[in-house]
Amino acid sequence: LTWQEIMKWNGWGYSDSKFLFNKKGQAEFTGKRYRLSGMILPSLQDWFENTFGASVKQHKSPPSLNAGALPPANLNEAFLQDLTATGIPFSHEADDRVFRAHGHCLHEIFALREGRGFQRVPDMVTWPNCHNDVVKIVELACKHNVCVIPYGGGTSVTGALECPPEEMRCIVSLDTSQMNRILWIDEKNLVARIEAGIIGQDLERLLNEGGYCTGHEPDSMEFSSLGGWVATRASGMKKNVYGNIEDLVVHIKVVTPRGVMEKSCQGPRMSTGPDVHHFILGSEGTLGVVTEVTMKIRPIPEYRKYGSVVFPNFEAGVACLREVAKQRCAPASIRLMDNEQFQFGHALKPQVSSIFTSFVEGLKKFYITKFKGFDPHQLCVATLLFEGDRERVLQHEKQVYDIAAKFGGLAAGEDNGQRGYILTFVIAYLRDLGLDYYVVAESFETSVPWDRVLDLCRNVKERIIRECKERGVQFQPLTSCRVTQTYDAGACVYFYFAFNYRGLADPVHTYEQVEHAARDEILANGGSLSHHHGVGKLRKEWMKESISDVGLGMLRSVKEYVDPDNIFGNRNLL
Amino acid sequence: MASTTLYSQRDPMLKKRDDFEDILEERRNSSDLKYAVRCYAPVLYKGLTPCKANMLKSMVLQSDHLRYVINQLQQAIQEHPVVLLPSHRSYMDFLLMSYILYTYDLALPVIAAGMDFMGMKFIGEMLRMSGAFFIRRSFGGDKLYWAVFSEYVKTMLRNGFAPIEFFLEGTRSRTCKSLTPKIGLLNIVMEPFFKGEVFDVHLVPISISYERILEESLYARELLGVPKPKESTSGLLKARRILSENYGSIHVYFGQPVSIRSLAQDKVNRCKYNLVPRHIPRKPTKETQSFVTDTAYRIVRLQEDSMVLKPWVLMASILLQNLEGLELSLLTEQTLWLRGLAQSCGAFLDWPDHTPSAKVVSSSLALHRGLVCVSGGRVSLVLGEPQGLVTPEEALFNRAVSVLSCASYRNQILHVFIRPAILAVAIHNAASSKKDEVFNCFSFLCKMFSDEFILCPGDTVQDFEEACYLLVKSGSVQTLQQNIVVTDRGQSTLSFLNGLLESFLQGYQVVCQYFCEEACDSLTEKQYIPAVRSFAVKLILAGNLRCYEVLSSDMQKNALAALLRLGAVSKVKVADQVTLKVNKLAVNSLEDTLGGRLPTQKAVLARL
Repeated sequence: LTWQEIMKWNGWGYSDSKFLFNKKGQAEFTGKRYRLSGMILPSLQDWFENTFGASVKQHKSPPSLNAGALPPANLNEAFLQDLTATGIPFSHEADDRVFRAHGHCLHEIFALREGRGFQRVPDMVTWPNCHNDVVKIVELACKHNVCVIPYGGGTSVTGALECPPEEMRCIVSLDTSQMNRILWIDEKNLVARIEAGIIGQDLERLLNEGGYCTGHEPDSMEFSSLGGWVATRASGMKKNVYGNIEDLVVHIKVVTPRGVMEKSCQGPRMSTGPDVHHFILGSEGTLGVVTEVTMKIRPIPEYRKYGSVVFPNFEAGVACLREVAKQRCAPASIRLMDNEQFQFGHALKPQVSSIFTSFVEGLKKFYITKFKGFDPHQLCVATLLFEGDRERVLQHEKQVYDIAAKFGGLAAGEDNGQRGYILTFVIAYLRDLGLDYYVVAESFETSVPWDRVLDLCRNVKERIIRECKERGVQFQPLTSCRVTQTYDAGACVYFYFAFNYRGLADPVHTYEQVEHAARDEILANGGSLSHHHGVGKLRKEWMKESISDVGLGMLRSVKEYVDPDNIFGNRNLL
Repeated sequence: MASTTLYSQRDPMLKKRDDFEDILEERRNSSDLKYAVRCYAPVLYKGLTPCKANMLKSMVLQSDHLRYVINQLQQAIQEHPVVLLPSHRSYMDFLLMSYILYTYDLALPVIAAGMDFMGMKFIGEMLRMSGAFFIRRSFGGDKLYWAVFSEYVKTMLRNGFAPIEFFLEGTRSRTCKSLTPKIGLLNIVMEPFFKGEVFDVHLVPISISYERILEESLYARELLGVPKPKESTSGLLKARRILSENYGSIHVYFGQPVSIRSLAQDKVNRCKYNLVPRHIPRKPTKETQSFVTDTAYRIVRLQEDSMVLKPWVLMASILLQNLEGLELSLLTEQTLWLRGLAQSCGAFLDWPDHTPSAKVVSSSLALHRGLVCVSGGRVSLVLGEPQGLVTPEEALFNRAVSVLSCASYRNQILHVFIRPAILAVAIHNAASSKKDEVFNCFSFLCKMFSDEFILCPGDTVQDFEEACYLLVKSGSVQTLQQNIVVTDRGQSTLSFLNGLLESFLQGYQVVCQYFCEEACDSLTEKQYIPAVRSFAVKLILAGNLRCYEVLSSDMQKNALAALLRLGAVSKVKVADQVTLKVNKLAVNSLEDTLGGRLPTQKAVLARL
């Protein structure tokens, strides 16, 4: 239960790690956990003030948790009695309940920070220790008609963890965090049996001890759980080598109100009708609790190398990524950041200690902008990560750089690449900094065929800017995107979007309207409803349009059969 | 006033209208059509001293309003691809547009022009150099031609090289009445938006109104069946003589840019384009089709609304209802009365303030002395020179030329009155004053005339309400419970409005009559127009018909289109000839309904 103690209750990540503007007005990142921790970021303030029209003088600190404002726990006594008899730990303390009442959508964090709290929170939390505990809890929940909401790492960004306000039954948050063991490792088949509550970083650490890894690294891997990955169809940044979650999973055990569902063997592929795993992958906690998963593992790669390429503009970058995908030579990870994100990355450069480094930096900049004639307001950067044995990595690297050169790309060094990937983990902390200074921010993603990538990026950004203007946002919003994954037939695009909300009566509502419009624009431009975040409650309204009436009916009929009494009543997806 | 009179030839009457035109006075003295033609061709830009253009610009830009309009256009061009949609009344339209845009330092458009212009030596080249590209008038079956052409237009749009300019009406309107829009090109320019290739496309409706059209009598002759001369440069040079005449002023009105994105919101589901690669041409869905049609009509109506109307237009409308002529004083009085009515219906009238109305009337008469003559205080249409030896047909023809020329001025104001006028006829024809009966009659007439006037399909209820509103506002009718009653004051208004449509009603009836009495089974589409014309000539010569406008091929075509649309006549393909098959019963009942001899029955409409 210590996890909850080292985590923020009203923001992202660890309590000790956060961005702040110190007394000198300089930005720094506190704590010791990240490479950026303890460093001064001299250019962040300027970037922040210029981009958002915000001022670091206008600070807004969030209130502390007000337990009194919480709706009282609506407990089911009979259920409580039977649960006590099983010996499975549970709690109905206020902070335990609030902690599991939300994910990390803007409206959720905003509500917490404004001290408004939520209309409905779980009435109690329970911590099963193993598969059998979960079976018992679900049986009891069925018996007493109690609503169960599975909770893994709590990193949802789709409102999936929110309790439906109209739910009158007792809501039990089923926290899987105690089911965090690796049950066995099978080195002959390179698979491991893992309990679904394990957190990404623990899984990697434990496997690494034995010389293995899963290679599944979503940006949230520090906090998200294996069960959550399965339930949302997660995607890892190194999917080009290891695959997305659906490629990694060999066997799933899931507890549903109808009983336990699992396959009878661990064959690598089966032709036994539609794959039942796919009912569970992406079910978002509506059908049951994933308790154990057999997952592929790989030996830790011998060699790893970062890299980066500068392109004169985003169009050239996209063309290069498309070519890389066409030749099927994508490195473990390849990401293309647009100019806004490139500038943002620059703002996060730590203070350089030696004059020499700053001299070299200056020289590089001169070379790229003056000698090569790249426009600093147009250029964009691709970051690369290669993995494998040394020789092959070097060969691979050359191949990719050769392709990049054809599109006007210049190799820009390992450092820039590595910094790009470190930023992935700290960027989530920045939203909290923004909220301290009246700036709201959010990210969203989509997948789209190659030929529409550029049009989609341009139109969505433009739509956001226009919608903000129409809704009275005073300062032009920051809109930025990056191509984060490449596929044979398309790419995954990730958007960041932030604006200064001073002068708006209801910033969250404005924000939601703009995001809604942006999603409409994505769909109109041939993008998907979601690539890996999922649907939750945030995007439910588009499901019918996305998968057709019949498709939705299919999913509904599964839900009806598996969970006729809506025990898993988080009301996601359908 | 929001009009920009950019070019006006030696007309003393117009000199002192307002500041804005005085500013242009200097320019006017030094400019003529040749100048416009010369400086608009890009190759010759270098020859111009830049200060001239600047001088003009700075002078004209002193007008705040003008600066605002131009800024808006400039901004629109920079932000999104822009499609310029001018009205089309004259050859001059091309030249004017490019001249204006050049003068104001705006990007020169690429113009989709009819293939026939290319045949003109030198001028064709000049048009092409200034960004015109030529398209065949029809390319029905030629898929490759269509593909290449539409790709060219779309590439222009996507890359935002230059604004696209084309004419929604497809061809020059010979009657000065807006033509029903052709949606082919509009479809093409909207597609990049539907497919997400551009964020938005802006449509700019532009109204170009001429006080006197260069092609005036040419058009009338053309409508009467004298073949259109082939566009040729020598023809243009010969036509210079015409230029020495006084043609009054030209008004160019740039409308507010219309964003397709906001028009299409909630109307077009762009996701439909997701499932097929975008380069594969696809038939637009019904939903899209009706959106494009709707937009096209909307734009044409915007063009119409901003057409600047001159006093002469009012006078022409009155003269046409008094072909035998009328007293000058009466004409003046009626013109003033009509001015009030037109203004209450929202006409964009350019009536010189601070000028005695008698002077306004007389100067208009002077400008159009080719059409009217004043003798002994009576004003009447010129009926062609009565030279001794003319056959009755020739006399008739001469008379028809002046009637049709005059009608082309009346037609300019039709859009203002069309809805109230149809209502007036409906009130007149309906069996009772019950509102729904009048409405039935109204909607029948709208269906009948939807090729003749700009009546957006599907807007009938709205049009009806608009008509009622305008007539109630002017005090001509009252709506009592479920009845529409004409007031005493309203009689004259309604009879004028009835008179406005009289020739159309008669014309359509003559066409119906022709089909019932004369048409044989093997009538081909090609024979139709000459056959109807000679049928009408016979009627007029026999003294049974006094309506000359039925001789206009435009009306004949529109009437045929209406009959085809309503299913009273159908096309049958026999061998390689298209013949017209007539359902005499249906044509007969249409004729009677038009004449008010048969009440508009639901049954009739249903069968149609």
